[in-house]
Amino acid sequence: MACIEARGLRKAYGTTIALDGVNMKVEEGRILGLIGPNGAGKTTALDSILGLTPYQGQLRTLGRDPWNERDQLMRDVCFIADVAVLPRWARVSQLLDYVGGVHPRFDRAKAEGFLAKTTIQRSSKVRELSKGMVTQLHLALVMAIDARLLVLDEPTLGLDILYRKQFYDSMLNDYFDRNRTIVVATHQVEEIEHVLTDVMFIDRGRIVFDCSMEELESRYTEVKVRPEQVVAARALKAISERHAIGGSVMLFDGVDRQLLASLGEARTPSIADLFVAVISNQPGRAQGAAL
Amino acid sequence: MNTQSNAIPDSPVEARVSAPAMIPESRLLYWSVQRELWESRSIYIAPLGAAGLILCGFLLSMFRLPSQMRAALALDPMQQHELLSKPYNFASLLIMGTTFIVAVFYCLDALHGERRDRSILFWKSLPVSDLTTVLSKASIPIVVIPLLTFAVTVITQWTMVLMSSVALLGSGLSLTTLWNELSLSQMWMNLLYHLVTIHALWYAPIFCWLLLVSAWARRAPILWATLPLLAIALVERIAFNTMHFAAMLGNRMGGGAEAITMQGSAPMDPMMTHLTPAHFVSSAGLWIGLTIAAAFLAGAVRLRRDQGPV
Repeated sequence: MACIEARGLRKAYGTTIALDGVNMKVEEGRILGLIGPNGAGKTTALDSILGLTPYQGQLRTLGRDPWNERDQLMRDVCFIADVAVLPRWARVSQLLDYVGGVHPRFDRAKAEGFLAKTTIQRSSKVRELSKGMVTQLHLALVMAIDARLLVLDEPTLGLDILYRKQFYDSMLNDYFDRNRTIVVATHQVEEIEHVLTDVMFIDRGRIVFDCSMEELESRYTEVKVRPEQVVAARALKAISERHAIGGSVMLFDGVDRQLLASLGEARTPSIADLFVAVISNQPGRAQGAAL
Repeated sequence: MNTQSNAIPDSPVEARVSAPAMIPESRLLYWSVQRELWESRSIYIAPLGAAGLILCGFLLSMFRLPSQMRAALALDPMQQHELLSKPYNFASLLIMGTTFIVAVFYCLDALHGERRDRSILFWKSLPVSDLTTVLSKASIPIVVIPLLTFAVTVITQWTMVLMSSVALLGSGLSLTTLWNELSLSQMWMNLLYHLVTIHALWYAPIFCWLLLVSAWARRAPILWATLPLLAIALVERIAFNTMHFAAMLGNRMGGGAEAITMQGSAPMDPMMTHLTPAHFVSSAGLWIGLTIAAAFLAGAVRLRRDQGPV
């Protein structure tokens, strides 16, 4: 059974179409990056998967209908939304008590263990913590829950680089295993690039790119083409070309890497570069749409 | 407030061993109510504050008590009763009024505040249904606050009696008149009856209406809760020159007393024959009100499911 399976997922807010027929399938044990520009429908897609918003089309999360079974679903799913949403009036100890009280799979000792590595006091109120500490606290609560699916929507937005790195490190080292699935929506691609097993690009309510990292590595090649080889390289139909110091950088899909290596310096593109190439090639998108 | 905490496994080890995949609904409800009490501390701080004020004022009045008592001894028992029970009735009215206001503001914020500060996204990430959440929030004005009002009032009045007794004994007066005429147990029975019938049952549709508006309004729930009602009454008045809607609201706000007591009877009848619970339970007004309250709650549950942060 796929962890998440969506077919023809649609959602409109008035005349604005947020999801325009999304099809996606996420298998268990994957770490999927859902990447898209602002307003592409990332949050709406995640909200649908979590049962926070109604939708049209078919959607199963862990085999359940999320809209009608949100509370049962949340026994096996955790999520951290884009900005700090922990109640500001609550004390750390109250949150531990409450989550322990209502969640059958919460391991308080584990949460205490994570908190012990931080400077967060049990008696502090959330409003007294810095933004980075609130995220640490939320992560400690979530990682102490033995869930099958973790959904993160811009979890590190507004955090400094130290907290961001720490966030993904502890998620990978202390939490992830093959029985869990993680879906991360973000536009800070660089930091999660190395942790992902799969990547999807979403643009204007549609999934425009869906690929595993292994496939990405074997299919896509970025070449810094030597000036004398530019014409030869263009003949191979690059999906994007940009100018850099000392030549053109071209991105190829499905062209033999041996061949490309003869044109210049060949390597696997970063997700950011691939994203820019794929999104700019979308019909109706101006060239050079940025992250 | 912590009476059920014994039922909650304290040690994480114990919790893990017996960790069921399901948490009983009663425990979800208990923790949901607990969270409301953590968040809205005015629920108990306000009545305690009112009680403190009353006791301060009453303490100062102790200087006048012995002379008042001597004057009272000359009166007939009925007048004695009225004179002596006056501060006690005043105390219970003040505490009840305070908790009613707290309940109104609590309801207006209960489902709006969590959307305003976006914490609804955290609450919804936990396996607690919208029904449980809304029921826990409705139980605050309908169950928790009336019981708390009763407890605080009883303790306040009991303290007042002790203060008076000390003052009277200090000036060499007998306690017999005070204790006989106050009839505390009757006063408390009346209070409990009033709280259960009026504050919990008769006002339930008011609280549930406020919860519904709180779940629906994107901003200023207090205005959405009141202005449309005034508008309806006004339109009815202009269009039909009638006041049925306004009369209905007025009856709900202030008309409960007719339903629970017999008119014209002595309010302190020792046999409590002036209380008419059978009449109240069989009155159409009660059941129509409760039906409307249930409909409002069902609407609030639906809205909480649909609405995201504002």
